[in-house]
Amino acid sequence: MAGYEGKAFKWVGTRPVRPDGVDKVTGRANYGADQNLAGQLTGRILRSPHAHAKILSIDTSKAEKLPGVKAVITGKDFPQMHRGVLPGDEGVNFHYLSSNIMARDKALYDGHAVAAVAATSAAIAEEALALIDVKYEVLPHVIDVDDALKPGAPLLHDDIFTTGVNPKPDKPSNTVQRVHMALGDANAAFKDADIIVERSFKSKTVHQGYIEPHAVVAEWCEDGQARIWCSSQGHFMVRALTARLLNMEVAQVRVMPAEIGGGFGGKTIIFIEPTAVLLARKAERPVRIVMSRDEVFRATGPAPGSSIDVKIGAKKNGMLVAAVGEFRFQAGAFPGSPLGPACMAAFGPYALAHVTSAGYEAVTNRPLCFSYRAPGAPLASFAVESVIDEIAQKLNIDPMEMRIMNGSKEGTQMVYGPKLKAVGNLECLKAIKNHPINKIPLGPNQGRGLAAGFWFNLGGQSSAVVNIAEDGTATIMTGSPDIGGSRASMALMAAEVLGIDYSKVRPIVGDTSAVGFCEITHGSRVTFATGMAIIQAAEDVVLQCRQRVAAMWEVDVEAVVWEDGHARPAGANAGEQKPLSLAQIAARAARTGGPLVGKAAINAGGAGPAFAVHICDVEVDPETGGVKILRYVASQDAGKAIHPSYVEGQIQGGAVQGIGWALNEEYIYGADGRLQNSGFLDYRIPVASDLPMIEPIILEIPNPGHPFGVRGVGEVGIVPPLAALANAISRATGVRMMDLPMTPPKILAAIDAKK
Amino acid sequence: MSGFQYEAPATVEAAVGFLAGAKGNARVLAGGTDLLVQLRTGAANPDLVVDIKRIGELRQISGNAASGFVIGAAVTGAEIGEHKELAKAWPGFVEAMELIGSTQIQGRATPGGNLCNASPAGDCTPAMFAAGVVCVIAGPNGRREAPVEQIPTGPGKTSLAKGEFIVAIKLPARAKNSGDAYLRMIPRTEMDIAIVGAGVNLTLDASGACTAARVSLGAVAPTVLLVDAAAKALIGSKVDDAALARLAAAASAACKPIDDKRGTIEYRTKVAGVLARRAAVIARDRARS
Ligand SMILES: Cc1cc2nc3c(=O)[nH]c(=O)nc-3n(C[C@H](O)[C@H](O)[C@H](O)COP(=O)(O)OP(=O)(O)OC[C@H]3O[C@@H](n4cnc5c(N)ncnc54)[C@H](O)[C@@H]3O)c2cc1C
Repeated sequence: MAGYEGKAFKWVGTRPVRPDGVDKVTGRANYGADQNLAGQLTGRILRSPHAHAKILSIDTSKAEKLPGVKAVITGKDFPQMHRGVLPGDEGVNFHYLSSNIMARDKALYDGHAVAAVAATSAAIAEEALALIDVKYEVLPHVIDVDDALKPGAPLLHDDIFTTGVNPKPDKPSNTVQRVHMALGDANAAFKDADIIVERSFKSKTVHQGYIEPHAVVAEWCEDGQARIWCSSQGHFMVRALTARLLNMEVAQVRVMPAEIGGGFGGKTIIFIEPTAVLLARKAERPVRIVMSRDEVFRATGPAPGSSIDVKIGAKKNGMLVAAVGEFRFQAGAFPGSPLGPACMAAFGPYALAHVTSAGYEAVTNRPLCFSYRAPGAPLASFAVESVIDEIAQKLNIDPMEMRIMNGSKEGTQMVYGPKLKAVGNLECLKAIKNHPINKIPLGPNQGRGLAAGFWFNLGGQSSAVVNIAEDGTATIMTGSPDIGGSRASMALMAAEVLGIDYSKVRPIVGDTSAVGFCEITHGSRVTFATGMAIIQAAEDVVLQCRQRVAAMWEVDVEAVVWEDGHARPAGANAGEQKPLSLAQIAARAARTGGPLVGKAAINAGGAGPAFAVHICDVEVDPETGGVKILRYVASQDAGKAIHPSYVEGQIQGGAVQGIGWALNEEYIYGADGRLQNSGFLDYRIPVASDLPMIEPIILEIPNPGHPFGVRGVGEVGIVPPLAALANAISRATGVRMMDLPMTPPKILAAIDAKK
Repeated sequence: MSGFQYEAPATVEAAVGFLAGAKGNARVLAGGTDLLVQLRTGAANPDLVVDIKRIGELRQISGNAASGFVIGAAVTGAEIGEHKELAKAWPGFVEAMELIGSTQIQGRATPGGNLCNASPAGDCTPAMFAAGVVCVIAGPNGRREAPVEQIPTGPGKTSLAKGEFIVAIKLPARAKNSGDAYLRMIPRTEMDIAIVGAGVNLTLDASGACTAARVSLGAVAPTVLLVDAAAKALIGSKVDDAALARLAAAASAACKPIDDKRGTIEYRTKVAGVLARRAAVIARDRARS
């Protein structure tokens, strides 16, 4: 992939207006709920009010008789899936996936779907739900991960046998898996430490808080095809999972991507699409389902709560000796918690010879715990970075110098296998170290907190097509939903390779029948992997142009070079030819071999890991426990920022979500196992006035795995804020908060307890 | 939400007629910023909704600081905030009203709605308690007046009889050297619900001694509280540190809060004292200036 090193970019690194922007600000853009088909019905879902209950019977007869009701379905209408995981299914248990979408014999959480109706109006659909008679036998429930791990805890499933332990258990339990990864021998190495700090941390479930609720329109066709319009982080994922759960062939399902109003990992799996298809099939009319905010909180895929022990040993000078992290993660009612990624990412910012990262995942009576921006890493990092900070406090050394001294860099062996290639950890640390914030004096009750974060980033499969129109303008298409400005980045990269103006490139997100397969938009992979596919597809166009011009000029293809959007003779030997622009070549396409179409379909490796370092100043009201964030600076390595404004947006967005997680966001359950705050009044995401300006610093340490040096930027920004705030609060108050969120009542109680 | 009858009469008498004649459950609609939310969630299921915003008399602010202000029950937070003389005489009351919601909510929300929604956590209600507001109530038997603290009787409940509604709130004539203030504790900076609220209104004499005071607390009991013991801690004092400490202790002692998702008993009790003290300092400084 050589050819771009040292090249001065013309388009990459600029900040043009996003191609999807005007449609969004004028309201023309279509989101998940905006699709309207003739004869469309409203679908609504009946949900369990119980945390854990046997479903004794469901009587839908009254609802079916209500005028205007066109279909009612329950778990019985869903095909039975194989129990367990089949080879080739990449760990997906389709029985569980199906049972989460519609409960079978048991309701496993408050909000678990038990039936659905389609009716001619929302009011009739609501009325029909009230007429469905579900008889439950309420069972004991378990909400907290530590409780769920205990022997004798209420058992959710009879077919979970803990994996990763020896010997294999012969009794089912809530414990899904044991993960264990190690370098060296941490337990033995602690004897060389001058100081050991060991702490336990707790955190609650948090939601991604995307503004757009899940929404779908499904149409069933008489010939057995299904068409689906929805907003998701991957319409190929929606197609694959829906087809599988309904026993359909993949190519019979076509999924049209809508604009997406936020996902942050929460739309990387399906919740309502098969239900909508089944209702549409039964009603013989299209069906739209739009979740309410209450349903989004109760029945989608928030991030897990956790219980974590971290033990770290260091020498007097701050050099780290050994570290052990034990991470206990909630799953929801079904496995799927990001425990593995948490173990991988926990100690990422440090070069450690002796480190163990291990943990357990346990199912609980909650909605599925799933992906949220750098899944698992913020929780692991919160614990690790808090302990690092406490060691620095106890040794009375600068937390920045301690991190630089121990920082991971090129060549560092990671606990999960690879050695790091060129990365930006130390550069991010130094950028913060040299920032003027450090010179601002702090007043009473104020503190400054620092934390580092790591995320490994993903690559994976992507396809792209570059179609050159007759006038030399380009339509570029991928199958990656644009959740963070990626269309702008795709257009910039295509413009760069083709040598044409950004305004001449129109980027499109194609549906599942229009473009080659793309994995979901997750793992910060799209600008990296789908971008690489775009670069290759554009290079394919360039090569075809050179070949055609070479034929016209009757020279070898090597004698034609591509510069600034023109084919030119490579040198004097190629003859005295006038350069030909892409538009001129396109105009002659019919005579030189037909349409100019560039394609690429790749499985991208080499995703460069991302590092981020955040620093913030807070003031804590010692009488109320209220926290005010005074200043916030975030540095991050982007490899190469294709569109710097959108990189900054990712850094700021990650920081803001992390701030909410740190201070106020939490799922609150009553003793009855019901969620008490399924709305934005009592589930407190930050509002604009809670935040200072988040100052982003972009660093560019090129990723050797990408032609332009790109590394993913979408996730790592949410990793440091939790600890950055905890560390700042600790320095402002003298109390260390180890229980998230750090609400005013908790902080005040901690301050009072110290007195 | 099922259907209901909707009326928007032009006179107080017509409104009373609809309310008094209602067959089932009747609700007054002022700004609707509480009621519409309750309709949507199903918490309210009225048979009749009477919108009072078309009644001209209810859309006005009259009077002045010396004689007392009369604020019609359909006057919004935004209109109250723009009234310069009102804001000068009663900054605590006006700030409390303006704390409610956002710009959009301010264009609709009313003090009467805040009061009759009867949430112990409403923000304007404690400020009205402290100010000594008197409510003008219209009903089938004509008009009557009642002190504001007699209106809420429990969460979501008021003392208004069938057919009655509030047509105006009256702020008393403002004595010289008076000041009021309202503070609330919320985990966020806005768009949130008070965990604790405290209102203080006081008058000083020429020597700076407190001659009259009213202290109220929100979100620490089933209704907003008027705390006489806390007011007594101020009266006769120069509102100095010792008096403020007694005030804080009296405020905390008056709390009868619950533990819930928004705060603990311990937290609410402690912070009630803190906020009462801080509000008293602001009210005192306003009275002095
Ligand atoms: C987004 C949002 C944010 C909010 N933020 C806050 C906040 O920060 N602080 C806060 O305290 N509140 C807040 N609220 C709640 C609400 O805005 C206030 O309580 C407001 O003052 C209600 O006034 P209203 O005129 O809209 O009342 P309405 O909704 O019209 O009425 C509320 C109740 O009072 C009754 N009622 C209204 N007027 C009369 C009358 N004249 N006589 C008799 N009964 C009457 C109604 O029947 C109803 O039961 C918020 C609401 C929303 C939607």
